[in-house]
Order: sequence, then structure tokens, then C-alpha cells
Amino acid sequence: MSLRQPSPATIGRVKAILFVVSLLPLVRLVAGAFTDALGTNPLELITRSTGTWTLVFLCITLALTPARKLSGWHWLARYRRMFGLFAFFYAACHFTTFVWFDHFFDVAAIWKDVLKRPFVTVGFAALLLLVPLAITSTNGMMRRLGARRWQALHRSVHLIAILGVLHYWWLVKRDLTQPALYALVVVTLLGVRLYWRHLGRKAAAI
Amino acid sequence: MLIRNRPDIVPSEITSRQVYEGRRAFVRNLGRAAFAAAVPAVPAWAQPGPKLAGVKASTYSTIEKPTPYKDVTTYNNFYEFGTDKGDPVQYAKTLKARPWSVVVEGAVKKPRTFAIEDLLKLAGMEERVYRMRCVEGWSMVIPWTGYPLAELIRQVEPAGNAKFVEFITLADKAQMPGLHVPALAWPYVEGLRMDEAMHPLTLLTFGVYGELLPNQNGAPVRLAVPWKYGFKSGKSIVKIRFTEQMPQTSWNRAAPQEYGFYSNVNPAVDHPRWSQATERRIGEDGFFQKKRQTLPFNGYADQVASLYAGMDLKKLF
Repeated sequence: MSLRQPSPATIGRVKAILFVVSLLPLVRLVAGAFTDALGTNPLELITRSTGTWTLVFLCITLALTPARKLSGWHWLARYRRMFGLFAFFYAACHFTTFVWFDHFFDVAAIWKDVLKRPFVTVGFAALLLLVPLAITSTNGMMRRLGARRWQALHRSVHLIAILGVLHYWWLVKRDLTQPALYALVVVTLLGVRLYWRHLGRKAAAI
Repeated sequence: MLIRNRPDIVPSEITSRQVYEGRRAFVRNLGRAAFAAAVPAVPAWAQPGPKLAGVKASTYSTIEKPTPYKDVTTYNNFYEFGTDKGDPVQYAKTLKARPWSVVVEGAVKKPRTFAIEDLLKLAGMEERVYRMRCVEGWSMVIPWTGYPLAELIRQVEPAGNAKFVEFITLADKAQMPGLHVPALAWPYVEGLRMDEAMHPLTLLTFGVYGELLPNQNGAPVRLAVPWKYGFKSGKSIVKIRFTEQMPQTSWNRAAPQEYGFYSNVNPAVDHPRWSQATERRIGEDGFFQKKRQTLPFNGYADQVASLYAGMDLKKLF
């Protein structure tokens, strides 16, 4: 087995492991909720944790392409959809905590919050933008849209990542260390893409 | 009209905390006794501090259920020890609460430096069970021990031009690891208007749950101003200064549009980034409950609303 070209069976097995590992944050929260192990303010912890994991999965998804290009391990692309869908999954959990724990399904209050508070506005926008990406994540939808249009649509994940970091940044009261770390990662991952595009243009011009 | 229900006994005495918290260790020790090795593993937060003696109950106490001691002493905002609410209990061990003195200066006729031992004896201790509302949208009910700040103020005789009182927290990098992060302008400064400082609800606080304050709760002396957001109650106070000018408080300097000088609990004035209409009571409000309504002046309007008569509290938030 080589890292450059693992067998399809290996790729599948690794995928199964990654799938289970990606579910662990949720398992921890659910188990913690039932065993009273989520600390003093469990609802805040759940909200924060689901939000953080959304950002983590967004970063992982965005990191796969640069990692593939740098390492030559093209099979990494096989995990992109799964991680992208996990980002959407945790974002949906995060939104559920907002709708449920924060506002207890009071639609008017939720809407007011979305319109009035910039950090909620950008977070909500990011979630809305994730929905079409999740819907068009299947092979069938990819075929129906065509590669070019599908790719154009899915580039919006770059904007989503920026909105996600902004959402965190604007929410923090004082110590910006955590949001700054995510901002650094996202800026790096997007910067690499810009740099490569710039190189590509230069090569084409020659 | 003020309707006061006089509590017959100090709530923290209903069940002694040591007995309650020691119940598991007790059972565990029964088993261990067979092996003649009875070493109870008590976590840091459960190690009882020295008891305060001669504490009287107060009519200012709420009859609401106090938040468990564990939550009160492990979920803290005390940025001098880190910005995470779990940081203070973990890192405040380095704070040296003895020896300690508090400098009282400024526009007073009798400026004085009080040793903590003298402060503890200055007036009769009371237990005051107060609601505490954090600006972040959560609340607790805490049995504090202390006496009205007014008792101290009377001793130093404020001068005619004393309009405000400034409270300054210790800022020692050797004792407070959070000071290395410029989260706020150190030292932490808070302030009250003279009439707020003199109000009988404003408590100079030395204990919680009948014991001396644990470090993470602002040992050895702090304020408890129950009708204002929690950050208005300065912790580990080293200096009290009487001034003519409104003090520049740390949070107000950090974000003036978000934290006003008064910072009275007010459900009608939202924090610019989140609503203040509701709150979650720590240790009580569960997953399947709507958040509870926040009350004007945190439910102390009967006692303090008159201090602000004629003021536009939407502007002077």
C-alpha cells in the first residue's frame, strides 16, 4: 500500500473511520447532556461546541485541496464531500440550539435577532448559503448541474468560511484569540488559492 | 410598598455544606475503612474555607433557591485569571489573600489604609442572598456575606465634593496570569455614584455560603451590587477612591457603546450585540424551558429605582 495510491478498499475503510470520528463531538454532547457532564452552563457549551465544530469542518474541507496539491495524494479529494456535509450538519445543530435553547421556537424573536444583530445576520447568511451546497452534494446533482456550474456554485464555500469567522469574531466579548486563530487558518487557505490562481494566470500569459 | 419576608434562618445553614458535599466521601470512606485507608478525594472547589462567625440573616435576602456552591465557585468571570469561565478556579490559587490591605483615599476627611483584619471587624456581618445577573445573559442566586459599604464610607467621612467612588482591583502579574493578556485596561476599575455606593443593598463582601471568599470569587474583599450587571461588582479590591469626576471604568473604556457607567440590569436596553430581555438561571433552567424574563434593576426596582428618577436610562445605560 502506498500513500500516493492507496487501494479503494483502504480509502473506504479510512472514510468509515473518519465518519465515526467526525460524529464524536456530537456523541460527547449527547452523552454529556444525559449524564450532566456539560459543566455549569450546558446550553452555552452546546451552542459554542456545535459552532466551533462547524468552523473546524469548514477548515478541514477547505484544507483538502491545498493538501492534495502539495502532497500529490489525490485520493484526499474523496473525503471532501463528507467533511463538507459534516460542516453543514454541525451548522444545522448549531442553528437548532439557537432556535430551541435561545429562543424556544419564538419565530418573531428569532427573526428580530437575525435582522438586528450583525453577528447573527452573518451566521444565518452562512447557514442559508450552505443549504444549496448540501442539496447539490450528490453525484446526481453534480451531473445535472454540469461540472462548471457545480463548481461555480460550490465556490461560495469560500464566502461561507469568511462569514463563519466573522460570526465568531463579532460575538466574542473581549479576548479575540480563538476567532483570530480560525481567521488565520481561513485566510491562509484562501490565500493559497489566490496565489495559485495568480501563478496560473502568469503561466497562461507566457 | 416594600413587602419583606423575614427569613427565620440563614439559608446556608439549612444544610451544612460540608455535610452535604462530604456525603459521597462519607460513603466511600465507609468502604475504604475496611482497608484502613480513608483518604477522601475532595476536589479543590469542595475544600471548605474558613467559616465566618456571627453572621446575621438579612431582610434584603431573596427567598429564591441559591445556586449550588459548585457552580458559584467554578463558573466565574475574573479576567485577571483568564477569559474562560473555568480559568479562575484553575489559576486563582496563586492569589495571596493575606496579608491584604485596602487603601481608602481621595475626597475624604479621614483617608486610611485598612488591614483586611480590621475591615472584617468594622461592622456586623450579614448574609445577603442576592440575585446576580451577568451581562452575558445568565444569572445565579448567591448567598454573600458582608456588610453595607455605607458602614465603611461613614468611617472615612467623604468630603463635600465626593460624587463618585472608584474601586480598583489588584493587578499583580506574579499573582494573576491573565494580566499578561491585554484583554482589558489593567488594573480593573469599577465605580459607583455616591448614592449608589451608600445604598443599603450595596454590600462590601467577604464571604460566600458562610465562608471566606474563595480566590476565584474575588478574595479577600469584593463588592456585590445586585441591581447592576455582575461586572460592576469589583473583586479583590485594593483601593477605594472618592472622586468628583465619574470614574473611567475598565469595560467602559474597552467598549463605551456596549458598557455604560451605570450598567443597571435593564431588559429594555439591549446590549448592542445581544438581547437583555431574558436570562438563564444557572443550575435550574433546563433544556426544555424557555429562558426567564429579566426584571428591571434585576428585581430590585422597589429599592433602587428612585435613585434614577428623571434619568433617561436608555441613554444613560
